[in-house]
Amino acid sequence: MIHKPHVDWFALSPSLALLGAAGLLLMVAVLVPRRGRSGTAAFVGFAGFVTAFVFAIVLDAKSPHAAVLIHDTMFRDRWSALAQVLIAGSGAVAVLFSVGERWSEDHVAEYYALLTAAGAGMAFFVQAANLMTLFLGLEWFSIALYVLTAIDIDLIGSLEAGLKYLVVGAVGSATLLFGSALVYGRTGQLSFDRIAAAGHAHDPMFLVGLAMIIAGLGFKSSAAPFHMWTPDAYQGAPTPVTSFMASATKIAALVVAYRVLSVTFPHDHELWRWTIAGLACASLAWGNIAALVQRNVKRILAYSSVSHAGFMLIAVAAANQLGARALQYYLIPYAALSLGAFAIVAARERELGVPVTIENLAGFGWERPFLGVAMWTFMLGFLGFPLTGGFIGKFYVFAAAYDHGFWWLIVVGVVATMVSAYYYLGIVRAMYFRESADLQLAPSGGSPPREFLLSVGVAICLVVTVGSFFAVQPLIDVAKAAAHSLPL
Amino acid sequence: MNAWLTTILILVPLGGALLVAIAPLPGYWLGSLATLASLIEVGFWITAAGRFQYGDRGLQLDQQASWFRDLHVSYHVGQYAFSVWLVGMTVVVMAACTIYGWWVGRTRARLYFTLMLLLTGAIVGVFTAQDLLLFYAFFEAMLIPLYVLIGVWGGAGRMRATLTFVVYTVVGSLLMLAAIVAYGLHEHTFDLTQLPQRSSTWLFLGFVIAFAIKAPLFPFHGWLPDAYREAPPEVSAILSGVVSKAGLYGLLRIAIPKFPTVAHDWRVVLLVLASVSLVYGSLLAFRAPDFRGVVMYSSLAQSGLIVLGLFAFNNLGFDGAVLQMVNHAFISAALFLLAGMVERRTSTGELKLLGGMARGRPLLATVVMTTGIIALAVPLSSSFAGEFLILAGVFQQHWAWAVVGATGIVLAAMYMLRAISAVLHQDVGSAVPESALDLRIGELAVVVPLVLCLVGLSAWPGLVSSHSSPAGGWTSYAPPGVVKAAK
Repeated sequence: MIHKPHVDWFALSPSLALLGAAGLLLMVAVLVPRRGRSGTAAFVGFAGFVTAFVFAIVLDAKSPHAAVLIHDTMFRDRWSALAQVLIAGSGAVAVLFSVGERWSEDHVAEYYALLTAAGAGMAFFVQAANLMTLFLGLEWFSIALYVLTAIDIDLIGSLEAGLKYLVVGAVGSATLLFGSALVYGRTGQLSFDRIAAAGHAHDPMFLVGLAMIIAGLGFKSSAAPFHMWTPDAYQGAPTPVTSFMASATKIAALVVAYRVLSVTFPHDHELWRWTIAGLACASLAWGNIAALVQRNVKRILAYSSVSHAGFMLIAVAAANQLGARALQYYLIPYAALSLGAFAIVAARERELGVPVTIENLAGFGWERPFLGVAMWTFMLGFLGFPLTGGFIGKFYVFAAAYDHGFWWLIVVGVVATMVSAYYYLGIVRAMYFRESADLQLAPSGGSPPREFLLSVGVAICLVVTVGSFFAVQPLIDVAKAAAHSLPL
Repeated sequence: MNAWLTTILILVPLGGALLVAIAPLPGYWLGSLATLASLIEVGFWITAAGRFQYGDRGLQLDQQASWFRDLHVSYHVGQYAFSVWLVGMTVVVMAACTIYGWWVGRTRARLYFTLMLLLTGAIVGVFTAQDLLLFYAFFEAMLIPLYVLIGVWGGAGRMRATLTFVVYTVVGSLLMLAAIVAYGLHEHTFDLTQLPQRSSTWLFLGFVIAFAIKAPLFPFHGWLPDAYREAPPEVSAILSGVVSKAGLYGLLRIAIPKFPTVAHDWRVVLLVLASVSLVYGSLLAFRAPDFRGVVMYSSLAQSGLIVLGLFAFNNLGFDGAVLQMVNHAFISAALFLLAGMVERRTSTGELKLLGGMARGRPLLATVVMTTGIIALAVPLSSSFAGEFLILAGVFQQHWAWAVVGATGIVLAAMYMLRAISAVLHQDVGSAVPESALDLRIGELAVVVPLVLCLVGLSAWPGLVSSHSSPAGGWTSYAPPGVVKAAK
């Protein structure tokens, strides 16, 4: 008789709900007739994400005390539950954006199946409590994302992007795996807290393992210098996929990075703090400078996401309660901003039928007033202007850095923000200050498609972006409760 | 009601903006809606000014609500006596400019009027915020409407103008953000009424540079020529009349009282920069080829003069600075609007091509002349009162500053008279068509109230200058030892 561990199924419910939806969607792919397949698949995908969202909220409410489950493989705490709420929410909004995309009829259900599977993987990943589940979660959502990036084979560059992402992503995963092996080899332990308890701090082999784990997580959070895949993958992937990658992957990777570093390597905190601070500076510098010269809007947003990884890594480098709170808070408006901005790129793309550049955004603000104002708000949010949560997020991150005494990181962040004003406001400028009459291109036919669901999704992002500026206290309370699960 | 008044002053324009943004009305009606909102705002300001207890000169009409507790940030608004006057000039100038936009029939009315009202709310917020982070939020929020107002409705060179404007302002305000984070977190509060004084030079400079860019003060005025020339005239009026005062207000409310010793140590630097702004601005105004150029460089000069008053560190200087801020808001707003009206008739502002516009246009001539005469500070005018107070104040620092100030006032007479005569008198310019109309009723409705405010202040400058200091003089507001009592 095999002794089975007790399984707290409820703690795994967000992940399981999404996995269930993915399974159901594969059924839809074969059982539902072609005519109704697209709608049904989108509905099931949306329902899956919403169910996971609700489960994650309940899980957050019912896990006041952190616990480890199933032989120390998974965490049940508010830190992961809050991240799951954000991931599931991002997924649901991404489904809204996906409906209007011209998928080939054959693969539409598979697309949603992969999306929910990726979501399930991320929900699993953020709960990981040992090196095995960490790697399992990472590969689970990464493989789904590789396929999603390349799923639209009719799209120029999609396949290429998928391949690039696969190759670079695999290097990242392998690095993480090798690092885990070194740490395990030194300590003989898999679970995060026992590795910390084994006490092999400052051991060279252990530290090499730590460095490789940081590099592996750096790939996923697209922090410089591990960001090389980001612009290509973001540009080549179908835009709804990009929107999901930009928000959910970053949430998962950064939340896990904070946990792994603070739980597993508490004794080497001086080392990894400085390393992360260095990565933050590199990301801020590289992301912002590279964004300056881009013309393709998706590439600009990709580099902007690198720079935002830098901002959030400042919170990680601070490694204090305030920093953990800052990260969880920052992720809320950041997720809404990335989703919303890419959704608007998607809308313009569907209208023109060509990749969106600064030039062909001309006049967009006047033609589609709602989407124009929304894009404007998102750009100001990325820039960290008031009336958006981006402002409070940056403020909290700076506060965390100051609290730890990393005042110079504030200076770096401020300079990076100054540089970023050029390209964020450049997008606003392109939308409003130039006339579309100057634009010499034929729209892909007829009046622009009015997509109700996309507008709903953008409206949700807008509400979160602006709402997180006003309702800071309730959101911070939630983030604070989440941060208390970490041993900081 | 009293506690809510300041909040209402911020919310009325914001609510109006929301209404304009969504109301299913044609452009003309949106303009009237915006006008209505801006007039209601003026009404609420009159109520607030009436309820303000000038005998008790602490923070009044204040309201506080927690925003986020863990970093001690709150929504805290309220007004000191001087804030009342600054808010007053803001709402009046903004109403005039909104009505002007309505009168000239700005295209894309929905966005235009939404932005004008948002801007009103943001500026009122700057003058009333009593929490450092809230102040910063409003300070930054001013930039966005201005950016688009210049970029969409501006002249041919608007792209360059918006770029330089944004680069300068963002650099300044982010330096200020870094200073705010370091200052507020160190003191465990962001409340301006509770923040203790500090003697950190870095923090002081972080604030001062941001304010000097906004004011602007030499050598931070690089954005000024493009922005003021390319913006539509009513936006230039707002920029130089009201927005620049946000920078000067920052010096008055934050840089000087919170960093008194550093401010005292750096006073010579600031006084030198102010003097240079004054003289250099006046000379540029004298050489400027167009009407707007004269007005815009004169506002650089006026910023310098006001900073002279602030850094005189005494009651006379502060009183004079506040009075002059209010004066200059009305003067430069009226002059920019008049410049716009002239440009509408002649499609140019070049002084060489203008001239002789007084003939057959008595209303235009009277209004330009009255405003110009007040602007060049003839005795009995309100600017004379303001500038006299400033000079008397700065004289107590050192007589040399007063000499520089007096030179600036002489120069002001020169450039202002040159501009007036080039527009109104001399031979009829080649760009002035015979058919160019006198001021129309709508235009009069915009500028006459501004001129009347100036005439009123000329009759009773004490309304502002002796009702703006905190109780017991400015010594109780800024620390003893730094602010010397008037002799």
